Amino acid sequence: MNKPYFNFRLMLKNSALGPFLGLIGIYLLFAFIAPASFRSSANLQTMARQSVIVGMAAIGMTLVIISGGIDLSVGSTIALTTVIIAALLQNRQWHPAAAALGGVLAGGLTGFITGTLITRLRMAPFIVTLGMMLIIRGAAKGLAGEQKIDAPMSALNNLLATRPGWSWPAGVWMLLGLALLMSLVLRYTVFGRHVVAVGSNPETARLCGIRVALVRVGVYTLCGIFTGMAGLMQFSRLTVGDPTVAMGRELDVIAAVVIGGGSLTGGEGSIFGSLAGAMIMTVISSGCRQIGMANWIQEIVTGGIIILAVGLDRLRHRK
Amino acid sequence: MVNRIGATPLLALDGIRKSFGATHALRGVSLNVQAGEIHALIGVNGAGKSTLMHILAGAETADAGTVLINGTPFRAANPLEARRAGIAMIYQELSLAGHLSVAENIVLGCEPARCGLLKAKTVAARANEALALMGHSDIDIHAPVHLQGIAQRQVIEIARALSSGCRILVLDEPTSSLSVNDIRKLFDLLKKLQTAGIAIIYISHVLEEIKTISGGYTVLRDGQVAGSGATEKVSTDELITMMSGKSAELLFPHGQRRPGEVLLHCKNVSGHPLPRNVSLELRRGEILGLAGVVGAGRTELMRILMGLDKPAAGTITVAGQHGWKPAGKRLSQGMGLLSEDRKNEGLALKLTLADNMTMSRLSRCGRYGTVQPRRQYNAAVQLIGRLDIRTTGPAQKVQALSGGNQQKVAIGRLLFHDCDILLLDEPTRGVDVHSKQQIYRLIDALATGKNDGKPRAVLLAGSYLPELLGMCDRIAVMHRGKLGQAKPAEQWTEHELLRATAGAQSTVTKTRDNDETTEESS
Repeated sequence: MNKPYFNFRLMLKNSALGPFLGLIGIYLLFAFIAPASFRSSANLQTMARQSVIVGMAAIGMTLVIISGGIDLSVGSTIALTTVIIAALLQNRQWHPAAAALGGVLAGGLTGFITGTLITRLRMAPFIVTLGMMLIIRGAAKGLAGEQKIDAPMSALNNLLATRPGWSWPAGVWMLLGLALLMSLVLRYTVFGRHVVAVGSNPETARLCGIRVALVRVGVYTLCGIFTGMAGLMQFSRLTVGDPTVAMGRELDVIAAVVIGGGSLTGGEGSIFGSLAGAMIMTVISSGCRQIGMANWIQEIVTGGIIILAVGLDRLRHRK
Repeated sequence: MVNRIGATPLLALDGIRKSFGATHALRGVSLNVQAGEIHALIGVNGAGKSTLMHILAGAETADAGTVLINGTPFRAANPLEARRAGIAMIYQELSLAGHLSVAENIVLGCEPARCGLLKAKTVAARANEALALMGHSDIDIHAPVHLQGIAQRQVIEIARALSSGCRILVLDEPTSSLSVNDIRKLFDLLKKLQTAGIAIIYISHVLEEIKTISGGYTVLRDGQVAGSGATEKVSTDELITMMSGKSAELLFPHGQRRPGEVLLHCKNVSGHPLPRNVSLELRRGEILGLAGVVGAGRTELMRILMGLDKPAAGTITVAGQHGWKPAGKRLSQGMGLLSEDRKNEGLALKLTLADNMTMSRLSRCGRYGTVQPRRQYNAAVQLIGRLDIRTTGPAQKVQALSGGNQQKVAIGRLLFHDCDILLLDEPTRGVDVHSKQQIYRLIDALATGKNDGKPRAVLLAGSYLPELLGMCDRIAVMHRGKLGQAKPAEQWTEHELLRATAGAQSTVTKTRDNDETTEESS
């Protein structure tokens, strides 16, 4: 009857340890072959900063992928959020915090609409979010009048900046905090377990009285909110609202989740694994740049890593 | 909690009727189960067991009849309602969320929580309690379900049913993939549940098991109750007689057959894990019957012969050529397979009749890799006439046809391909009586070669025994992957066949199959 609550063997098997080992391995590889500047703490910080946008969106995408869905509208939602934040700051003179909240909630709203369409119309998430990708991108362009919206400098622009007293930028801390929060939600709340159940076996979930549609809408709404957070980080970096930013960024986000152990058939995925996945891609691009590798080699290496990561994952599961 | 025998039955089904188109799956079935009773539901494939249980579980709705639970009328519109009313089905394909832990699966849908936050200790306690009640404290409740063996998963699913307050437990062929040891454990568990006042409906083909475990029984045949009562007062032979009965509706044509040279020969063929060590010989101009219940390994054998799956061991010789060959090669050797799974495997439902019937041999419809739609069309017109397919024409999509007509399209493809060796897996499953009769005549004509003077070799697999007895020249029985000696059809009686397919007289053999079996009711 008395079973240990922590089973080390199982933790190894199910944790995001694989992607972290991969991350460390790739970091050490570049630390060895790249110039000393790569090993500097400043560069480490730069890489963390660069991973924040993809990492934020990857938290939401991990939830969606665990629940058996996909969201292709992430890049467009990031652009829409930057536009909305800039517009609220510039045209309405909102307080920066209120403008940021407005932008993030707008992201949540797009997610809610996506989830509702998928569950009400019983359509494939791939199709609905493909459509939403174009709709949201169009809406962002329309809202911005097809040009960048300048915004006054505000505290929001410091989210990714290194400030005295804070060894790391606030955005990085927010990313880690939210990732920890969502990991706990996924593991220790009824909603979190229902997300996994829906992705693992939707029929069983329905049979057990889980309101599958509600769970799905919740997951897409959360994904929208985290994408809005990614948009906030993007705005912080750009300092303007740009409706054409983050084109194709959704693919980086999906790649991060998949490298981190997410399965596109649902039921599997880890939020910290996805963060490791995002970091792996940043380390590769940073490392390649510093040893003077051409851009095209970086792309081939990143593509290879995606396939390798999933291949290793399959091997691990065959046992 | 325990409801004494003699009081209102916990579950009473009365006069249940259900038709699928022209097929009457259930024709007024009644069934009573007391609390604390293990009730066996017996019948050959297609007798209506699955349909009856689907109605109880809310997956289908009855055309007529009533369901009473504890004397109160009940009608489940969906599986969830049935579950809420205390009815739990444990199907052969278990229904668990593999990525969640054992404990989480047990409490799935009714998790103990405060403000949405899981109470981990209560979850663990409830799971431990449910498993301890069943005498299975050995299962690690924190391990994910996909790491559990099939027997453990079954236990977990029953535990989930119990912790969600189930009073009526339906087990569909629960032992089909269990080892002897696990079967014994399962029986101990069922007896425990029985004393706790749970009503259990136990569906099985294995009569020995039924004699061991059940208190009462109901035999279904052709959608009607063929007998019911207390299990201790009935013999295995009497049960078999009730199951088989007489089926006078169909006529089985049996023309003059002249067996010729051996076209297909296989020796000691084994699969993963079915079949096991199978040897057979099929001659031109004969129909060899392959009898066996669903999951016995018939389909697996045919897939290996056809080159769809690789065998683990054994030799196959087709038309003088040795060795296993992939399906493309088999087709060019003149072998054709009629799949038992028409909708997923046998036909491309969204394509037209013409496309479906010419698909395996498009080279007959054009030269140098081209395909002339006109030739496909003409070929289809000819086959539609020959097979009497009810359709608007060759351009109609197959999904618009009825089951019987779809099956004729699938057979049409074998005719167009001009197969010499036909592997027919349940050729009349889900087919109406009229079409069945036509399909029988066609199979007979193929074996005798009376239309074109060229007799074919036919391997006919089925679980409907009168069909095999009427059509075949020789019949061999498959049970848990092993094929018995083929004997002339005249030397078999339906009674003996049923006994052999149910594995009667042989003790339960130790197996760990992974049968993917679904029983279709028709």
